[in-house]
Amino acid sequence: MLGIVRRKVGCEVFSAMKFSLALRKVLPTGSALPMNYSTATKEITVREALNSALDEEMSADPKVFLMGEEVGEYQGAYKISKGLLEKYGPDRVLDTPITEAGFAGIGVGAAYYGLRPVVEFMTFNFSLQAIDHIINSAAKSNYMSAGQISVPIVFRGPNGAAAGVGAQHSQCFAAWYAHVPGLKVLTPYSAEDARGLLKAAIRDPDPVVFLENELLYGESFPVSAEVLDSSFCLPIGKAKIEREGKHVTITAYSKMVGYALQAAEILSKEGISAEVINLRSIRPLDRATINASVRKTNRLVTVEEGFPQHGVGAEIGMSVVEESFEYLDAPVERIAGADVPMPYAANLERMAVPQVDNIVHAAKRACYRSVPLAATA
Amino acid sequence: MAGWFARSSTLARHLARTSSMTSPAAGGCLSSIRRHGTLKAGDTVLSPTDDPYRHQIAPMSKTLRVVPRYYNEWMETVIEEVSVAVLFGKEKKRNEGCGFCRRGGMKKELDFPGGKVMFVPEMNFLPGSTSERINCYCVLDDNGQTFSKSKFQELSKEDAVKMYIDMVTLQVMDTIFYEAQRQGRISFYLTSIGEEAINVASAAALKIDDIVFPQYREPGVLLWRGFTLQEFANQCFGNKLDYGKGRQMPIHYGSNRLNYYTVSSPIATQIPHAVGAAYSLKMDGKKACTITYFGDGGTSEGDFHAALNFAAVMEVPVIFFCRNNGWAISTPTTEQFRSDGAVVRGQAYGIHSIRIDGNDALAVYSAVHAAREMAIRESRPILIEALTYRVGHHSTSDDSTKYRSTDEIEHWRTARDPVSKFRKWVEGNGWWSDVAEEEHRNNTRKELLRAIQMAERTQKPSLSELFTDVYDQVPRNLQEQERTLREIIKKNPNDYPSDVPV
Repeated sequence: MLGIVRRKVGCEVFSAMKFSLALRKVLPTGSALPMNYSTATKEITVREALNSALDEEMSADPKVFLMGEEVGEYQGAYKISKGLLEKYGPDRVLDTPITEAGFAGIGVGAAYYGLRPVVEFMTFNFSLQAIDHIINSAAKSNYMSAGQISVPIVFRGPNGAAAGVGAQHSQCFAAWYAHVPGLKVLTPYSAEDARGLLKAAIRDPDPVVFLENELLYGESFPVSAEVLDSSFCLPIGKAKIEREGKHVTITAYSKMVGYALQAAEILSKEGISAEVINLRSIRPLDRATINASVRKTNRLVTVEEGFPQHGVGAEIGMSVVEESFEYLDAPVERIAGADVPMPYAANLERMAVPQVDNIVHAAKRACYRSVPLAATA
Repeated sequence: MAGWFARSSTLARHLARTSSMTSPAAGGCLSSIRRHGTLKAGDTVLSPTDDPYRHQIAPMSKTLRVVPRYYNEWMETVIEEVSVAVLFGKEKKRNEGCGFCRRGGMKKELDFPGGKVMFVPEMNFLPGSTSERINCYCVLDDNGQTFSKSKFQELSKEDAVKMYIDMVTLQVMDTIFYEAQRQGRISFYLTSIGEEAINVASAAALKIDDIVFPQYREPGVLLWRGFTLQEFANQCFGNKLDYGKGRQMPIHYGSNRLNYYTVSSPIATQIPHAVGAAYSLKMDGKKACTITYFGDGGTSEGDFHAALNFAAVMEVPVIFFCRNNGWAISTPTTEQFRSDGAVVRGQAYGIHSIRIDGNDALAVYSAVHAAREMAIRESRPILIEALTYRVGHHSTSDDSTKYRSTDEIEHWRTARDPVSKFRKWVEGNGWWSDVAEEEHRNNTRKELLRAIQMAERTQKPSLSELFTDVYDQVPRNLQEQERTLREIIKKNPNDYPSDVPV
């Protein structure tokens, strides 16, 4: 882990100087950003990142408001909205009755009119009770009304497996929502992702599904001063190369990025240099970055926590086949969760979710350093 | 809950005393107690407060039934005995006025979340329904005359005539578009025959700033606000002048300019949308409300319940307008709910509700006018249940004679027609005539046929409209798809329809 931090620091010193030079040309004089900023100053948790992003967007635009179960008095089921009720009052932080269909529909109605709601689902598993509003009322409205009704709404909440919560609290919905034209689907990993992508989502005029991860809320990440600035924003649809490599490309999103980075570390000791791509955005998918990376490394491993069939990895694999087939030196490897509803028992749960060794083995298979899957069948 | 019975009868007495009504119902209640000394199973105690104009609605202004018939003998005896005991004040002092003011005695109050609740030793279930249904507000009789005691919001001659004209236009438009679908010129249509009063009169009582969230049987609201026959036709034909750019089935009208949100097919989804928009209006401090329409069937959807509950809790200015037209495709209301229609559901959620005659344009106009004032002034939701009848089939994909009798349909089409009822009132005021009627119907028919011809001949939307509006900005993958599609069309011109612009 330390190696990665040091490497990050190294990269950032170099790019910092270039960036600040570029800034001076691009920004107007009297800009609030510091001219020469130090690198890797603070560490904040993903929770703090989300909280600060919500706070800043709510103070910048009075049309932004937060709605969901327990977001107000309870400070948020996972404390993401801590302090917001106190600061903005009950008009802008609404504790709702228990009706996902109700408050998702009401949020969409408010967005139709022109407000910018942020609707929180306690987990995305419960969004299924509201999915008609997300898809039929939000995603399709701009198209079906021929641009007359835009829906600048953000649906956010934890997605995917937590720890010991069973099948109805652990499903990953990235593939479900990324299937629908009209929606944008974002999956932050680090604190920087969380801040930048949530701000971008709130400012975006289209409906955005923002998939967080409960286990990442408490994790700390180093952030630069630029990230902490209130105008910081990440572009939607751009993936980030977390670690450069030349032998195999590993794509991942959300919690799996951390696992992929650990796997890359293990692989580097065995002489395999893995390039880890943090997708950040599932729809639109950054096909350009993925394909450019595959054209460089010629091998691909996709990693996701969700169920394998019709998953995100399937779409990435197909995209690479469509655009970079000649560059592939090995079949695309797909690592996903087990094709079963998530079991509860801790040992079973561990086996149902990808682990670091699974990613390492898949990368080795792609590099022909390991026995192919078919042989073990 | 004999406490409830005690309250009901003492309340009846209290109300009778304070409002000094001498209606036979109230007298009947008191006299039966004095005369018989008991209330029997099956007795009905009527509340005298059935004045529908009072905005301050009394908490129990509906009929109260003493004992439901389906309890078994033992329960009836128990309830009777206990009711008798309570009514005769064995447990309380006489002449101490309204039961609500009573303090002390054996009744114990307890502080629960939400307010004080009385404990009672008797176990009494609230009946699921009352023997008499909630009364229905109406202004005009079948001859288009107001009743002697009718109270309604006054209408100017211009408004009344415009309302009548628009109701007739709606009727003619529905007939002609329906025929057009039968001729194969449009793919689908659904009519609002029988509900013209609801459509036009409710729109007339609103202002243009009030936002409308329709189901799909409310084109009359658009008509009132100024949507032209040509605009209706363009949407049905999906040509390039359609504001929906040809992306929706016919009758899915929408207009930003007229504050009418695009019709959406899933049932009842517009109800929570209206609440959300009303919340936005409240946050903006605007003097406007939202109104949302739905049918009797729509009240079964989960969205209806979530929205009503929410609106009451959030205190937003929204009018819930239920068009109880007796049928949800082939499901009659007897199979849709067991409650007394939708009006009691509003009350259950803490919302002021009223039932009105949906075929009486003046009743609809007055009720919506009053509801709008209440909603905006007090920032609260209102529920209006309008009783009416769906004279037409559900849509062009339905043949309703398969599940209901033609006699029933004919009866409502002729004897209860809202358009002719209102016509009689307007003519009675000297504001309309047979000549004007014939002229208007002929002109409308001609204009519609012309509009249909024009719409049919107008080009369809161009190819680029296939890809726009999925997102705010056209994303790169769709730009590429459009480029590839155009190349293919250029290479194979014979395979592409010549009348669709590229």
